[in-house]
Amino acid sequence: MKSRLMFLLPLAVFLVIAGYFAKGLQLDPRRLPSMLDGQPVPEFVLEPIENRDQRGFASADLPGDVSLVNVWGSWCVACRVEHPFLMQVKERNLIPIHGIDWREVNRSAGPTWLKKFGDPYSLVGDDPVSRAAIAFGVTGAPETFLVDGLGVIRYKQVGPITPEIWDQVIWPLIGELRRKGGSG
Amino acid sequence: MTAEIGHFALILALGVAIVQCSVPLIGAHRHYVPWMALARPTAIVQFVLVAVAFACLTNLYVTSDFSVLNVIQNSHTDKPLLYKISGVWGNHEGSLLLWVLILSLFGSAVAMFGTNLPPGLRARVLSVQAMIAVGFYLFMLLTSNPFERVAVAPPNGNSLNPLLQDPGLAFHPPMLYLGYVGFSMAFSFAIAALIEGRVDAAWARWVRPWTLAAWCFLTGGIALGSWWAYYELGWGGWWYWDPVENASFMPWLAGTALLHSATVVEKRDTLKGWTVLLAIITFSLSLLGTFLVRSGVLTSVHAFATDPARGVFILVLLVIVIGGSLALFAWRGPQLRSTGLFQPISREGALLFNNLVMATSAAAVLLGTLYPLLLDAIGGGKVSVGPPFFNSVFIPLMVPMIVAMAVGPFLNWKRADLMPALVRLRIAFFLTLAVAAATWTVMSDGPIMGVVGMGLATWLLVGVLTEFAERLRLFREPLSSSLSRLNRMPRATWGMTMGHLGLAIAVAGMTAAGAWKTESIQVMQPGDTVTVAGYDYTFEGARTGRGPNYSLVTGSFVVHRDGREVVRLRAEKRAYDVSNQPTTEAAIHPTFLGDLYVVIGDQDSSGGFVTRIYFNPLVAWMWAGALIMVFGGLLSLSDRRHRVGAPKRRAAPSMASA
Repeated sequence: MKSRLMFLLPLAVFLVIAGYFAKGLQLDPRRLPSMLDGQPVPEFVLEPIENRDQRGFASADLPGDVSLVNVWGSWCVACRVEHPFLMQVKERNLIPIHGIDWREVNRSAGPTWLKKFGDPYSLVGDDPVSRAAIAFGVTGAPETFLVDGLGVIRYKQVGPITPEIWDQVIWPLIGELRRKGGSG
Repeated sequence: MTAEIGHFALILALGVAIVQCSVPLIGAHRHYVPWMALARPTAIVQFVLVAVAFACLTNLYVTSDFSVLNVIQNSHTDKPLLYKISGVWGNHEGSLLLWVLILSLFGSAVAMFGTNLPPGLRARVLSVQAMIAVGFYLFMLLTSNPFERVAVAPPNGNSLNPLLQDPGLAFHPPMLYLGYVGFSMAFSFAIAALIEGRVDAAWARWVRPWTLAAWCFLTGGIALGSWWAYYELGWGGWWYWDPVENASFMPWLAGTALLHSATVVEKRDTLKGWTVLLAIITFSLSLLGTFLVRSGVLTSVHAFATDPARGVFILVLLVIVIGGSLALFAWRGPQLRSTGLFQPISREGALLFNNLVMATSAAAVLLGTLYPLLLDAIGGGKVSVGPPFFNSVFIPLMVPMIVAMAVGPFLNWKRADLMPALVRLRIAFFLTLAVAAATWTVMSDGPIMGVVGMGLATWLLVGVLTEFAERLRLFREPLSSSLSRLNRMPRATWGMTMGHLGLAIAVAGMTAAGAWKTESIQVMQPGDTVTVAGYDYTFEGARTGRGPNYSLVTGSFVVHRDGREVVRLRAEKRAYDVSNQPTTEAAIHPTFLGDLYVVIGDQDSSGGFVTRIYFNPLVAWMWAGALIMVFGGLLSLSDRRHRVGAPKRRAAPSMASA
């Protein structure tokens, strides 16, 4: 009545699941594919935000130094979480960070936010109607792009930069890009 | 120095566990008595060593020793003492240490109190326990050492995730772990039984209390977790079908099935292979629960660790433990012979039905939890499976089970008639119709599931009470005779009654809170009044203040009903200093019929505050029900039978609870 196959069934089911686990481990759950990896930064020119310098931020500003482009908004809770870390990066002068202030309903909300929590950015552009954000293919805030000295996107971080991601991925990549930039 | 002592104790524990998992096993196979006897002292020594390691880590946290990486990452000098201590297990490495501490505690409990176990079985059980422990020690020492030092100690730590700085969450992980690890005992007994090729009533009698204890802790842990989510996350919800919640719910479903099938093995000497398989599955799901969220295979809001090296180690460990035990089951399982035969309509049949539903539910939850991963692995892209899937699969499974739950206890073992049982349930039937009709009338615009759920809860509640009255022959015999029956009723029977009663109450709570929640979100200026579910909430204003390691905004509300003051509520919003992460502390006023629930949000530019006000009907019944279930489990655990141990020979089928 009891066939041996019945007793083998649980093992077979488990092995299939384990196979999928093995496959799943090779995928990075945080990494979303970006069409722009290795592509030059899309062209954009953004107006300055209120009460800051009058420069604004444009794609033409990027070539030169390795830099980060951080998309944020005063309405974004995850940006609040990420913000103290960006401040640390600025205080330690590790790399220039440029900000795209995305989808502010109120023109003064972004500047107020920066005044209240601190301003980690070198250049900031105002993007209320998602002009640059659409060109970058931004899906949500915060999102951060690592741009090399030639203005080419080398890495895209979806969601807040955490100290672990910084130490394990972004900072080593920055070092690599800087060495390449120096020799070439 | 403390860190080095702890690290060294862990290495010694690994050595002891290696001896414990090999020597007694060989001894049991070859009948070398001294080799078998070695299992007991090694189990106790192992526990002492892990306890030393755990005490060392706790000491490092309490004294804020920031030369240890783990302390830097998860502690801060400003933290209150309770959260310094709960920080010990509020992270990946420390939680593993807690896991092995509990594992070795249970192992040493078997070593010290399992004197009535046959020596061969005891040696094998302790060996299997030690094998699990070896895997965990290696995992900790090779990939997740909690005692790792840093070269230069920073002046202060990074603090614990503020969401975790809460009394509910300080005790939630240890409770869950007591549950998960408790199932390791059932697993070890199952493996030992497969090695011996024998499962009998005595075996079931040893497995049941461990399963029961684990089940009590897990039930309590899950209830505590959902309560925490309810008051801390500030969305008025209590269950999100989040992967981490599912990870604790799957072993609960399988463990509940195991609890019931072990009864059948004990009483009727059948369903043996199935019970052994359930014990393996329950512990496998517990392991999965421990690891799922830590391996990076699945990410969720709760996940503490994402690291591929650990992921690979975990996978190898899972394959060895689960794959190995299932292979052993495939090889030895067919030799387990069952003697008891039964008809489909019988107590065994009802319990088997419960088992099938529970196992199917666990499989469905597993599928829903893993589906996004499976799809991603075959290149199908990222998806997430949410509450609609789980609700549409889970609820249809639970409905027939609850219907059958009221009937099952009326059926005899072996062979039973359905009709007499149904006749005895006529009162329950009519009350169910009455409650469903009343619900339909009062809540005419609510979802139909609300009517079904309240009907089911009534059916089960009255069914359980009817069975209880029948058992005492209440109203059929003189009161004195019923009372003496009450006196003689075994605690295990009390346990069953309470367990089922608790579920009935919890079902009512879940149904009401799910179906008829009222919520209102608005911006309020001081002096504004909002009416939710018949209560008038007046916002009196907000103040800022300081806590030990956070700043806070408190909003005061006064609630009136029909012009009379009901309660004053203070909802809090905190911003923690170190991480600057905000948390909400909802103001909750529980009443018998529902909770008044207020959350204060951000201030807008006009000076008003965003407020969210909820009325959650019967929500407290859910946790009351869970508490009653746990209490029932503890009552059953204290039953005389478990203390006396198993009889030498199975007595003639005495229907202790027929």
